Amino acid sequence: MSPQNHQHAPLRLADEADAAAARDEAESGQHRFDEIIADDSRIEPRDWMPESYRKSLVRQVSQHAHSEIIGMQPEGNWISRAPSLKRKAILMAKVQDEAGHGLYLYSAAETLGTPREDMYDQLYSGKAKYSSIFNYPARTWADVGAIGWLVDGAAIVNQVPLCRASYGPYGRAMVRICKEESFHQRQGWEILYSLSHGTQEQREMAQAAVDRFYGPALQMFGPPDGDSPNSQQSMAWNIKRFTNDELRQRFVDMIVPQVEALGLTLPDPELKWNEERGHYDFAELDWDEFFAVIKGNGPLSRQRLEHYRSARDEGAWVREAAVAYANRVSQEQDRDQAALIGA
Amino acid sequence: MSSSADSSSWPLWEVFIRGSRGLSHVHAGSLHAPDATMAIRNARDLYTRRNEGTSVWVVPAEAIMASDPDSKGGYFESAQGKSYRHATYYTQSEGVKHL
Amino acid sequence: MSFASHDSATRQSQGEAITAEEIAASGATADEATARYALILGDDALMLSQRLGAWVSRAPELEEDVALANIALDLLGHARFLLTYAGTAWGKSEDDLAYFREEEEFRSCRLVEQENGDFGKTIARQLIFSFYQHELYSRLVHSTDATLAAIAEKALKEVDYHQDHAAQWVLRLGLGTEESSRRMQAGLDSVWSYVEELFTDVEPITELGDVAVLPSTLREPTLNRLHQVIEQADLSVPDMSGAHGADRSGRHSEQRGFILAEMQVLARRHPGATW
Repeated sequence: MSPQNHQHAPLRLADEADAAAARDEAESGQHRFDEIIADDSRIEPRDWMPESYRKSLVRQVSQHAHSEIIGMQPEGNWISRAPSLKRKAILMAKVQDEAGHGLYLYSAAETLGTPREDMYDQLYSGKAKYSSIFNYPARTWADVGAIGWLVDGAAIVNQVPLCRASYGPYGRAMVRICKEESFHQRQGWEILYSLSHGTQEQREMAQAAVDRFYGPALQMFGPPDGDSPNSQQSMAWNIKRFTNDELRQRFVDMIVPQVEALGLTLPDPELKWNEERGHYDFAELDWDEFFAVIKGNGPLSRQRLEHYRSARDEGAWVREAAVAYANRVSQEQDRDQAALIGA
Repeated sequence: MSSSADSSSWPLWEVFIRGSRGLSHVHAGSLHAPDATMAIRNARDLYTRRNEGTSVWVVPAEAIMASDPDSKGGYFESAQGKSYRHATYYTQSEGVKHL
Repeated sequence: MSFASHDSATRQSQGEAITAEEIAASGATADEATARYALILGDDALMLSQRLGAWVSRAPELEEDVALANIALDLLGHARFLLTYAGTAWGKSEDDLAYFREEEEFRSCRLVEQENGDFGKTIARQLIFSFYQHELYSRLVHSTDATLAAIAEKALKEVDYHQDHAAQWVLRLGLGTEESSRRMQAGLDSVWSYVEELFTDVEPITELGDVAVLPSTLREPTLNRLHQVIEQADLSVPDMSGAHGADRSGRHSEQRGFILAEMQVLARRHPGATW
C-alpha cells in the first residue's frame, strides 16, 4: 500500500461524515428557508439558501446592475449638449444616480458571494445580459425625455414590487433606488411636456421619440409569460411578485392618461379601453426584434460594450496605482509600529 | 486587459450614516475603495447625495464579525418568553400616574 | 409613492443653499464691471464643468464616476449663480449667456478649456484649479458685493472638497506605480504653462476694488500649497514659464471653439425655444 492510499482511508471516512452533516444541514436549511418564504419574511446573506435561489438572484441582480451601468451611456451622451443649464444639471444628476444605482445593486449581489470584479468581467466579455433598451440610440434631445418618462417609468413599475423581494439586500437596494428614481420619470415627462408645448419642430421631435421608445419600453418587462421560463420559480421564491404581462399591463394603463396630458399619442392603432377587462388592450409587440437585440444584435450593442471596455481598460492603471499606494502606506505603518515596539 | 487582476481590485467597505444629530449611525450599504481615506470620501459621494447624513463611518467588510445565522436556532432563544423584562408585563399599577 | 421605511440612512432632504433661481428673483442687479467680473468666474466654472461631465461613464471606477459627477455638478451650480448674476446687468438669462455668446465673448482661462486627456491630466487640472479657486473664494466671501459674497460662501465649501479630492489622487498617482507617477507628472507638465494666466490682473478686476479679488494676490499662497502637494507626491513642479498670449480678453485656446460647438449646438438650432 502506498503512503497515499494509506492516508486515503481515514480521509474517506471523514468525507462521508462531512457529506452526511452537509445533507443534514441542507435538509434543515431547506426547511427553514421554506418557512421563511412561506411567512413572506426575508432571506439574509448568511442564511442557508438553495443554490438555485442564489444563482438565480445573482443573475437577476447583476443584470439589473449592468443595465444601470450601460444605461448611463445613451443619456450621458447628451450631458454636453443639453439645451439649458438647468437641464444639463438635472441630466448629469440623473446619469450619476444610475452609477450609484449600479453600485447599490452590485453590492447586493456581492452579499451572495460573487465579487464585483467577476460581474464586471462578465459584462466586459459580453457574456452578461442587460436591459435591451439601452442598445437603442438616443438621437435627439426628445429621446432623453422619452427615456426618462417611458424607460424609467417602466423600470419603476418593475422595481416597486421588488422592494419586497424575499432577498433582504436586494429589497433594501430597491427601496433606496425607488426613492431616488422618483425624480427620473418626472424630469423625462417634463422634457416632453416642454417640447410638446413648444415650437412645431420641438413637438415633432417629441412625438417621434415617443414613437421610437414605446415598443422597446414595453419590452423591458421581458417576454410574454408563456415564454418566460424563470418567472414561475422567481414568483414561488417571492423575488418577483407579478408576472411580466401583469406589469406590462399596469404600465400601459398608467401611461395612457400621461400621454394624453402631454398632448401626444402612443404609436399603437389597436390601443383602446376594454370595459370588460378594466384595462387597455394593446397590440402584440415585435418579439423577433426583442430576441435579436437580447442576443447582442441591437443597433448599438457593440458600441455600448466597447465604450464600457475602453473605460475599464483606460482606468486600470489608476486602480492599480491606488492599490499600490494603499499597500505602501500600510507597509510604512507596519514599519513605524515595529520601530516603536523595538524602541 | 480585463479587470480581474488582483493588483487593481479594491476591497469592500461597509458604510454607516448618521442621519442627523442625535441618531445612531445606520448601515447604508457598501462600496469599494482602495483605502480608508478614499472609502470615507466615496461614501460621502455615494450615500449622501441628498443630504442623508451628517456623519459617515466606513468599516472594512472583512473586519465585521457576525453571529451565526439562525438556522440552528438557540442563539436568540433565551430572550424569548421573558416578558417580565418588559414594562407591559406589570399591570397592577394601571391607572396609577407616573409609574 | 410611499415606502414603509424607518431607515434613517435613506431619509432625504433638499437642504438649504442659494440657487440660481433665487438670485434671479432677488432683484439684485450687477453693475457693468461687476457683471463682467462674474462672467470671468462663471465661464471658468462652466467650461470646467463641461469638461468634467464627459468623464461620467468613463471614470476608472464606478465610485469615481460618482465623485467626478459631484464635482461637475458643483461647478455647474457655481456657473449658474454667476451667469445669472452677470445677466442682471444686461437683462439676460444664464442660458442667453451660456448658449448665445460667441466664442470670443467668453472670458474663461485656457486651463479649464484643456482636454481631459487621461485621468492624470484631469487630476492635474483639478489640482491647480481647485487650489486657485479655494484661495479665490476664501477671499471673495468678504466681497462688498453681497451677492458675490453669498455665492463665494456656498462655492467655498464645495471647492474645499474638490481640492481634497484632487490632492488625494495626486498622492496616490504620484506614489502609486511607476506608470502612474509618470502619467501624473506628464499631466502636470501638460497643463502647467496655463497656471500663470490665473494670476494675471485683467480689467475689470483692477477697477473693482473690494468687490473683487485681485488675481495677482492669489499667486503666492496658491503656488505654495501646490508645491507642497506636488513634492509630497514625489513629483516635480514643472520648470516652465507661462504660455504667452492670453489674458481673458478673447485670445483663448483652440479648444474653446470645439467645446462651444458641442455645448451650444442644440440650443442654437432652436433660437427662442423653451426646454
